[in-house]
Amino acid sequence: MKVDQLSIFLENRAGRLAEVTRILSETGVNIRALSLADTSDFGILRLIVSDFEKAKEALKASGFTVGRTTVVAVEVPDHPGGLHGILEMLRSAGINVEYMYAFVQQSGSHAVIIFRFDRTDQAIELLQQHAINMVPGDKLYKM
Amino acid sequence: MIFDVEHETMPREDLEKLQLMRLQNMVARVYENVPFYRKKLDERGVRPEHIKKLEDVALLPFTEKQDLRNHYPFGLFAVSRENIVRIHSSSGTTGKATVVGYTKRDIKTWGQIVARAFGAAGATSADFVHNAYGYGLFTGGLGIHNGVEEFGATVIPISGGNTRRQAMLLRDFGATVITCTPSYALHLYEAAKEMGIDLKELPLRIGIFGAEPWTDAMRADVEAKLGITAIDIYGLSEVMGPGVAIECAHVKKGLHIQEDHFLAEIIDPETGERLPAGEKGELVFTTLTKEGLPMLRYRTRDLSRLNTTPCRCGRTTARMERVTGRSDDMLIIRGVNVFPSQIETILLETDGLTPHYQLIVDRQGTLDTLEVRVEVGEPAFSDQIKNLQRLETKLEKNIKEFLGITAKVKLVEPKGIERSEGKAKRIIDLREKA
Repeated sequence: MKVDQLSIFLENRAGRLAEVTRILSETGVNIRALSLADTSDFGILRLIVSDFEKAKEALKASGFTVGRTTVVAVEVPDHPGGLHGILEMLRSAGINVEYMYAFVQQSGSHAVIIFRFDRTDQAIELLQQHAINMVPGDKLYKM
Repeated sequence: MIFDVEHETMPREDLEKLQLMRLQNMVARVYENVPFYRKKLDERGVRPEHIKKLEDVALLPFTEKQDLRNHYPFGLFAVSRENIVRIHSSSGTTGKATVVGYTKRDIKTWGQIVARAFGAAGATSADFVHNAYGYGLFTGGLGIHNGVEEFGATVIPISGGNTRRQAMLLRDFGATVITCTPSYALHLYEAAKEMGIDLKELPLRIGIFGAEPWTDAMRADVEAKLGITAIDIYGLSEVMGPGVAIECAHVKKGLHIQEDHFLAEIIDPETGERLPAGEKGELVFTTLTKEGLPMLRYRTRDLSRLNTTPCRCGRTTARMERVTGRSDDMLIIRGVNVFPSQIETILLETDGLTPHYQLIVDRQGTLDTLEVRVEVGEPAFSDQIKNLQRLETKLEKNIKEFLGITAKVKLVEPKGIERSEGKAKRIIDLREKA
């Protein structure tokens, strides 16, 4: 149920993000979801891509510092309170959400949200116990 | 006022005779007592009795900062431990500091040369001296302190830091002389202004500034803002401490070297050859009277030139031009000596950081700033902002702890640091040059 996320260190200056998208475009890698966290000096770009290894190699070859992070893609019921129910469940189990962002496409009638937990394995177990569906990596990359 | 008329106005011929006699004694002393120097002299086939004229100093080997580090902490001392009465040390990470030691007589000599400096600066025994150099291992605070007492003025041992209190006490005590780095004087001025204290309105009349390079523009600025005469003082712990040379208030054109205690030379920093009088090069000092830690031809790395023409103030001693640069990569940031290699050591102690870094030195308002840019490698990288910020904070803390300076650490992308011919450009100094 784990998904590989590509994290990229970016200096906070013009053109750096475009440099990443240029490399991915030239490598033929599709971006499935992304989130950008930033400070005044630097940012961290987090990506779910169609081909993790290919994207990582290309970016590394261009001198970027990249990392692999394990995240979870959770199907969230697309109605009021859908996300809240899941967050409430995590809260009561004492699992912290480090960050989260939405996936571009829906999975059936569900929205897909990417979660980075402080305790990934426990989170997966908890979600499974409550019959919350998660999208596995191989499916997610092709969505 | 000339504090020591005999030595400060001695006819040059007599002064040189005195220097030669003292040099001969000193070389004999270190040959006898310091194995490091004996070995170096033996290697060159030089014996103390070969020093027959002052120019023969060129036969002697150079001493470098590294030699002191190699013999850390007390390996170059020339007297037994029981005769050392004080230790000082320059900043440096553990094991890399340079340690200096003084005998009772050295402390007396030091006090006398600082007293001469106060005379040259125009002070009198009625003056109150606000001494804002740091007290402790740094030679600035205690060096000036002793000298003021020797001179007979009143010393206020305020030391560094707590700027608001400094402004308050300047007002309450009515100090007439201030000693600190020139940039701190400007910082103090700003802080006092915010408190509604105008330093210009206070009795302050003289500033004796040193421990960092400054420009004539900065001097004019300090003089106008504080309403004082600003005097340049020079010194380094390896040779003695502050007071090795001092500007005279009358002329303010070059710093008079206390030549009866220190023999100055100018050399080509590349070849080590002595340069003819008046040429610009690296300043080299041989101590003539120091007992605890005598120095043969200590390479200061400071660039200057010497002027032996008589000065209108009446002193006959040679004047060194204000130091305008260095022949190595040492930086002076807010009066603290910093070598890029020290920063590198701190960075490399942290997993995942590359040895690629760059130091950006600038001056914001009146204070020097240091930004350390370091490339973030894969092991140090995290997908979470807080981890990277924690890394920056940790490095800033280590730099503060080991080097005593406040730096801003900025993580950059690999290859984010400009490289020229494969070699990284380590230092970008944006401060105004003389």
